[in-house]
Amino acid sequence: MKLTIERSTLLSALGHVQNVVERRNTIPILSNVLMTAADGLLAFTATDLDLAILERAPVSIGQGGATTTPAHTLYDIVRKLPEGAQVELALTKDQSRLTLTAGRSSFTLPVLPREDFPMMPDDDLPHRFKVSAEDLRRLVDKTRFAISTEETRYYLNGIYLHAAKSNGIAMLRAVATDGHRLAQVESPLPEGAAGMPGVIIPRKAIAELRRLIDQADGAIEVSLSDTRIRFGFGNTVLTSKLIDGTFPDYQRVIPTDNDKVLEVDRKRFKDAVDRVSTISTEKSRSIKLSLGHDKLQLSANSPDSGSASEELDVTFPGDTIEIGFNSRYLMDIADQVDGDVAALAFSDAVSPTVIRDLADERALYVLMPMRV
Amino acid sequence: MRILCRDCGRDDLETPPGGPCPHCGAARLIRHPELATLSIAHLDCDAFYATIEKRDNPALANEPVLVGGRERGVVMACCYIARRFGVRSAMPMKRALDLCPQGVIVKPDMGKYRDVSRQVKALMEEVTPAIEPLSLDEAFLDLTGTQALSGLYPAQLLVDLQRRIEREIGITVSVGLSFNKFLAKIASDLEKPRGFAVLGRTDAIDFLTDKPVKILWGVGPALDARLARDGIMRVGELRAVPESELVARYGRIGHRLARFALAQDDRRVSSEHESKSISAETTFLDDLRDAEPLLDRLWPLCERVSRQLKDHGLAARTITLKMKTSAFRIRTRSRTPANPVHLASDLFALVESLVRKEATGERFRLIGIGTKELAPLDTAAPDLFDTAGRKSAKVEATMDALRERFGRDAVMKGRSLKVEKKR
Repeated sequence: MKLTIERSTLLSALGHVQNVVERRNTIPILSNVLMTAADGLLAFTATDLDLAILERAPVSIGQGGATTTPAHTLYDIVRKLPEGAQVELALTKDQSRLTLTAGRSSFTLPVLPREDFPMMPDDDLPHRFKVSAEDLRRLVDKTRFAISTEETRYYLNGIYLHAAKSNGIAMLRAVATDGHRLAQVESPLPEGAAGMPGVIIPRKAIAELRRLIDQADGAIEVSLSDTRIRFGFGNTVLTSKLIDGTFPDYQRVIPTDNDKVLEVDRKRFKDAVDRVSTISTEKSRSIKLSLGHDKLQLSANSPDSGSASEELDVTFPGDTIEIGFNSRYLMDIADQVDGDVAALAFSDAVSPTVIRDLADERALYVLMPMRV
Repeated sequence: MRILCRDCGRDDLETPPGGPCPHCGAARLIRHPELATLSIAHLDCDAFYATIEKRDNPALANEPVLVGGRERGVVMACCYIARRFGVRSAMPMKRALDLCPQGVIVKPDMGKYRDVSRQVKALMEEVTPAIEPLSLDEAFLDLTGTQALSGLYPAQLLVDLQRRIEREIGITVSVGLSFNKFLAKIASDLEKPRGFAVLGRTDAIDFLTDKPVKILWGVGPALDARLARDGIMRVGELRAVPESELVARYGRIGHRLARFALAQDDRRVSSEHESKSISAETTFLDDLRDAEPLLDRLWPLCERVSRQLKDHGLAARTITLKMKTSAFRIRTRSRTPANPVHLASDLFALVESLVRKEATGERFRLIGIGTKELAPLDTAAPDLFDTAGRKSAKVEATMDALRERFGRDAVMKGRSLKVEKKR
């Protein structure tokens, strides 16, 4: 293998693939990136066995071939090369080393045989559809904050993507929850997605997907089976295993008859929560909402750091109610509201509260209160 | 050399070694060159439970008293008469009775002991606010700076406190006075009962040199055995080993061993001592084999632990089931639920399946439940998906409210009745 590639092209491709490579690996070859040169293209593949990324970039090939070399080392070298450099990559004659030359710098890197590199099965992913980058970004951004990090509940460690009917209209719905809060966001169901199974996309794949969406424009090709999902962005393809588990029946915990509805200016609400929560204890972060007719008082108490309270003018026709929340969770949700007004619908102090964005009927959040 | 009389409290004494107090004639004099400057104390009640029982029943005064659960439990406390027969606390009651057949067994009354403990603490609080209770019957006191307020130096205040506890509460305590916690604790044990011992900067290192290593806090039987295997029997021998070597060999405790060996301990007396675990266990009158009767015994323990968690506003992240076989083999099984728990029904539900798994024909003599990694209850945000749990939380809150108004037995689960009937 011998080829020449533009430093910026190489850097951008490695930038994508090196994210997938874990810094510490017990299996040496997983630290490596597979590079395959053929037909004027260099293909980079990296995997952690759950997630694989493939990226293609144009190169001028002297001699085709393939090898694997440590991804992070290669990335660090390329990062430090001067802009505009031409990078030459070549395997030594005995195929035992990779040499990298750019200007007057040269490096030799260890390699491992390409045959040992684990490849994700390339079999059929029967369900295929296209979704706009904008829709996919929204589905991910407005739900990912609620993904659980608790490993014992592995089936909550991702976003549940599925087809669902909302008021009779077919939707592509994303749901994430950690058991304390839940986010549900929808966009119109793309053509071809109607028969798709519900799938749980793991957190790490979501993080990679999100990075790639930012550099994508137009439509993203999604294909999936019961066990794998693939996102195609032109020259980049991200394939991930799906979480093998059953997402809980989340609709059961979304209250439908919460009739005490508070409407509040989103920005002022969030700022007030932020201010008052300065006092709440580090561990619980709890703050109390005391509601009266068209009035909301936020307060926090902590044995160590004192107390705080703030009043807000709101729309609330209901009776008095006192309810506690984790302030962090409240702010996370307030961050998702794009419109000016957030609506919080309560039942009582111990039951889940529903939060909506009045400007976006396709997003809904549920938050469990705390004891106060 | 400063000399302080423990009976009249005067310290302007001129008396030869061994002589009585020239003012009151009492023989209990404390002599120590640093007496007026040491301010960290450890106060330990003498045979606490047994002493209280003797106080409340003078007929027991000259009897060997064993506090504990009937024949099959362990000795929770024994008086000094019983100790002469070789009885020690934590010994199985059966063995205690073998050693001391005339021993009088008294059923423990924890409520009473807690009350007395509170009275003792109230008197301590008149001396200093810096109190770190270790259990119902012992505590560290930091008296640094109290002299400015009271005009008396710490040793004088402590002698006074000791007399007041005897006079006003009717139990005796032993005091250890030093310049750090671990030495104060060692000192309180030196002259028990009714003791007052002092370890100062000038004598602590020499004092420790010949002592067995297990005198040091943190050296239990296992570490003691390892140290012995490595040829370290006495505290002085620890000083020959570099700290880094101690850490390499024994882990983190190595740092502490090195410092303790040089009489150093920089732990502060902290009044905000958090309870690290709450547990309850019971030994059966007859060994049990089947899951159902075992679970019947387990339920009240869950309620007891839950009550304590609720009293302290805590929830537990780790729940441990403990079972002792009739061959005295202890089995523990732990579970870590997704969310911290504090309800009796949750505790029970978590260990129920574990009990069923263990109950496969073997006989058990003890069952217990323990909770660890306690966190304030309000961090235990309830779970959206636990709709059944929300219901049982409401049920238990209602039961607790009833109990608060009408007493502990006002309302109970059927499972507790099953055991009541069998008693």
